Parts: sequence; structure tokens; C-alpha cells
Amino acid sequence: MAKLKEKAYRWIFTVLAFSSLIFLVGIIIVLFKEGLPVFKEVKPADFIFGKAWYPTFDPPEFGILPLILASFWVTVGAMFVCVPLGVGSALYLNELAGHRQRAVLKPLVEILASIPSVVYGFFGMMMIAPFLQNLLHLPTGLCAFTASLTLGIMATPTVCSIAEDALSYVPKSFREASFAVGANRWQTLVNVVIPAAGSGISTAIILGMSRAIGETMTVLMVAGGAAVIPHSFFEPVRPMTSAIAAEMGEAPMGSAHYHSLFAIALVLFLITFVFNIVAELISRRFRIKLGLGG
Amino acid sequence: MDRRIVKIEARDINFFYGSRQALSSVSIEIYKNQVTAIIGPSGCGKSTFIRLLNRMNELVPNTSLKGAILLEEEDIFDPSVDPVEIRRRIGMVFQKPNPFPKSIFENVSYGLKINGITDGNFIEKKVGESLKKAALWDEVKDRIHENALKLSGGQQQRLCIARCLAVEPEVLLFDEPCASLDPISTSKIEELILELKKYYTIVIVTHNMQQAARVSDYTAFFLLGELIEFGKTQDIFTAPKDKRTEDYITGRFG
Ligand SMILES: Nc1ncnc2c1ncn2[C@@H]1O[C@H](COP(=O)(O)OP(=O)(O)OP(=O)(O)O)[C@@H](O)[C@H]1O
Ligand SMILES: [Mg+2]
Repeated sequence: MAKLKEKAYRWIFTVLAFSSLIFLVGIIIVLFKEGLPVFKEVKPADFIFGKAWYPTFDPPEFGILPLILASFWVTVGAMFVCVPLGVGSALYLNELAGHRQRAVLKPLVEILASIPSVVYGFFGMMMIAPFLQNLLHLPTGLCAFTASLTLGIMATPTVCSIAEDALSYVPKSFREASFAVGANRWQTLVNVVIPAAGSGISTAIILGMSRAIGETMTVLMVAGGAAVIPHSFFEPVRPMTSAIAAEMGEAPMGSAHYHSLFAIALVLFLITFVFNIVAELISRRFRIKLGLGG
Repeated sequence: MDRRIVKIEARDINFFYGSRQALSSVSIEIYKNQVTAIIGPSGCGKSTFIRLLNRMNELVPNTSLKGAILLEEEDIFDPSVDPVEIRRRIGMVFQKPNPFPKSIFENVSYGLKINGITDGNFIEKKVGESLKKAALWDEVKDRIHENALKLSGGQQQRLCIARCLAVEPEVLLFDEPCASLDPISTSKIEELILELKKYYTIVIVTHNMQQAARVSDYTAFFLLGELIEFGKTQDIFTAPKDKRTEDYITGRFG
């Protein structure tokens, strides 16, 4: 009887474990099946490096370079915000904040990380965009810069939370060893704690980055939406995600436009996939380095 | 033999973690170039006591201390004293070997670098010397730039000793240095302690009665945060004055 029960549990968990794998495979199949037909219209190289995105013109043009560049710019811009803010606040939380402060701040950061992106989008649209527009006399506040700033703020709690975890995994014994030979707090932090947590911090950064590049709602709201190759941070741009979200509704099912959006999703999927693999490799190295096992 | 010089003196130490008292009225003298063993059942305050000697306990939040600890007659808790300087003069080796995840060389040179020494030749010389003093040189001289985590537990512990020695401390504190080691590594560390005693004042916490008897000149027996008995190791082990000491060393204890 007990044996039967155990067998049943095993089965249930195996099915659950494999179901996520099945979903992943399903997604990949759909992306390929719906995305690849666009290459009947346009060569893969022209698709990726084409400078014009006019999917509804006659004849249509399917060059997604402006979208890729927009995603790239906005993500890099966001990094400039979330890396110093996120890592800095992680260091503060871990090193300087007292027990009581941390007990309040850490959960707060985790709450911030779970706020829906549409809320950040609103914040960017209603606060950051008008502010920048007035400050810099821009034709529109909805531009790559605003998107970077908003995304950066949005990714900060994620980076902070994961980086703080990495810092707190650094064994207490490393700090003690450092103090015991006469290092002060700062020396211990720079020479022992940060290097030991280094790969964990880079994982945090990469995950923040993949959050930024995959973010849809926020950029749809604040990036401005122009599908042209950006020349400055203060021009409206259309990252890949917002192109998909904005155009999917109007693209007739089965049309080349429709397939091209799936092909964009495929490109995006591959990019984030690579990011996550890199993050995984780095964090594995980190665990081995600290002797925590592979 | 009775020309002993007091290196460290603890005067009436009371120590609290929050409101919980971990040490009560502990007074003891640690003699220069002697090995002092601290024994007692788990939780009696041995670690707490030796971590006071190099001001390590300050890293634990919410603690308080009454009493004084004199290092060559200077109160180490005096506001004018820099704890960093105290920790340089009083090295510490922990229960579990804790080398940094860096190379053997970087581990030993760490203390020198953070103390502002940049002369490469000097550092190299000092690293070699320290590894020799820690009886590790012969085993690692060909792979000094390999990661220290590749060493065995016993080698790692000797590496931690070398790391301490590099900054030329006057006192070495060992908190159960052999607790996680095999018998052969343990006997190597014990031999090393007997050798190091020529140059350093040593305090060692141990759960192993034979070890205390083998390596120490003086023994202090702690119980429930109090120092019950202190004296020459020989006397403590052959003719303890306190009944509780006798019960403990003969193993008739809880
Ligand atoms: N960081 C801490 N916070 C609160 N209480 C502590 C802390 N460290 C130790 N204590 C308490 O102080 C008392 C003495 O602990 P200590 O670690 O000094 O004992 P010990 O003699 O070294 O024991 P062991 O032989 O197990 O290492 C124990 O009751 C312990 O629970
Ligand atoms: Mg202890």
C-alpha cells in the first residue's frame, strides 16, 4: 500500500517536472513553425540586418535591425542605471545596514521586484517622460532615454536582491579570516567578499539584463515606438518586444507580417536563452569556487 | 621556570550576547611563550573568551563587555586602541580551515598586502618563510600558485596558520584547530604548536583532553561561563583542586 503511494508520488512529480520541459519545447516549436515562413519573403540576413521595418507597406519591408538596436540601446542604458543602483544597494544591505534595517529593507526590495511592469510603465510615462521633456526641451519625453531609465529602475530590485543573496552566501569564515589578519571592513569587502561573490553578482547583472531586454509593457508605454534606427538616446525607439505586442493585433493571421513577428520573438528568445545559459555557467563556477559543490 | 612573563591579562571579564551572559568574572593570565589550553564542555564560553582576546567578538552585533583585557599592560579595549592593530598582533586560527578561494601564495600574502606592503621581493620571502614555519613549504613549494581549496583539510589548516604568521603576530589563538582533521593531520598541527611556542604565545581551545595534556603548559577549565580552575597543565591533570575539574577530565561529566 505504502509502496503504491510512493509510486504514485513519483509519477506525479515526474510528470510535473517534465511538463515544464514540454512547455518549453512547445514554445520553441511554435516559434519556429510560425516564424520560419517569413523567410519565404525575406532572406534571413536581410531580416536581421535590414534597416527598414515597414511590414504594412506595399511591398513590405522586414528589416528588424532598428528593433534590435532599439532593444540593445534601451537595455544597455538600463544597465547603466540598475547595475550601480542594484549592486550598490546590495552592498549597503549586506555590509552596512544593521539587522533591523535589513529585516525591513530586504522584503521591501523583494516587493519592489514583484511590482507589475505596467506600474513602472505608468511611472515612466507620467513622471519621468514629462520631466525629461521639460528639462531638456525634447519634442517628446517618450524616448530611448526614458525607457532606459524606467527599465533600469524596474530591474534594480531584481539585481539588488540576487546580488545580496550572492553576498550573503559568502561564508562568514572568509570575513573572519580577513579580519583576523588585521584587515578593516573596507579591505575585507574589496579583497575578499566582492571577489568571492563576484560571479554571483555577475549572474545578478545578467538576469537583470535579460529582464530588461525581455520587458514588454514598460517599453511599449515609454519608448515612443518609432521603428527607425536610433541616432540619439533622446529619440523614440521601438524595441523588439514592443513591436511584437503592438503589431500582433493588427497583423492578419498567416500573413508575412504575422510570421515576421514570430521570427522576432524567435530572435529574442535565442538572445535571452544565451543570457540565461551564461548566467547559469557563471553561477556554477561560483559555487564550485566557494566549495559549495557543482 | 618561574620567571614567567604575563603577555595577556584578563581582569574580571563579564560578557553578554544581548541579555544573555556568556562569561562571568573571568580573570586569567596568559604567559609569554607558553601554550595555554582552554577546556570545558560545549557552550561554556571557550570560543567567546578567546574571541575577546583579539576583539573578534565586536563583529557580533548587540554584545556588551565589562572588565579589561591587557596586552602587555595596555588595555585592548581602550578607545584609543585600533582593533585592526590588535588583530594583527594577535592572530587567530579557526575550527574549520578557512583559506580564501585564492592561490596558496595569495592566501599567505594577503595580510601583508592589506597592511600596505608592496615590495614584491619582501612579500615573496615572507610567504616562503611563513610556509616553512607552518611546516607546509615542502608540500606546496611546487604549486604555490594553485588554488588553496585543492589542499587537504590538514594542509589548509597549516596554510591558515601560515597566513597568520606572515603578519608577524605576537600571540596565536587556536579555536579547536584540529576539530575537523584526521589523526595524522592533528598530530602534525600539534607538533607545529610545540615548535611555534618558541616564538609565540599560544592559546588553544580544545575538546580533546589528551591534546591539552600533550601540547599545553597551562590549562584553564571553564564551566558555564566561569573559569573554574587554572594552573599548570600537569597539576590540573594529576591533582585538580576542584571537584568539577576532576569530573570533567576523568570524563565523569554530563
Ligand atoms: N553570536 C552569538 N549570539 C548569541 N549567543 C551566542 C553567540 N555565540 C555564542 N553564544 C552563546 O554563548 C555561550 C558560549 O558559547 P561559545 O561558543 O563561547 O561556547 P564554546 O565553549 O566555544 O562551545 P563549543 O565547545 O561548542 O565551541 C553559548 O551558550 C552560546 O549559545
Ligand atoms: Mg567554540
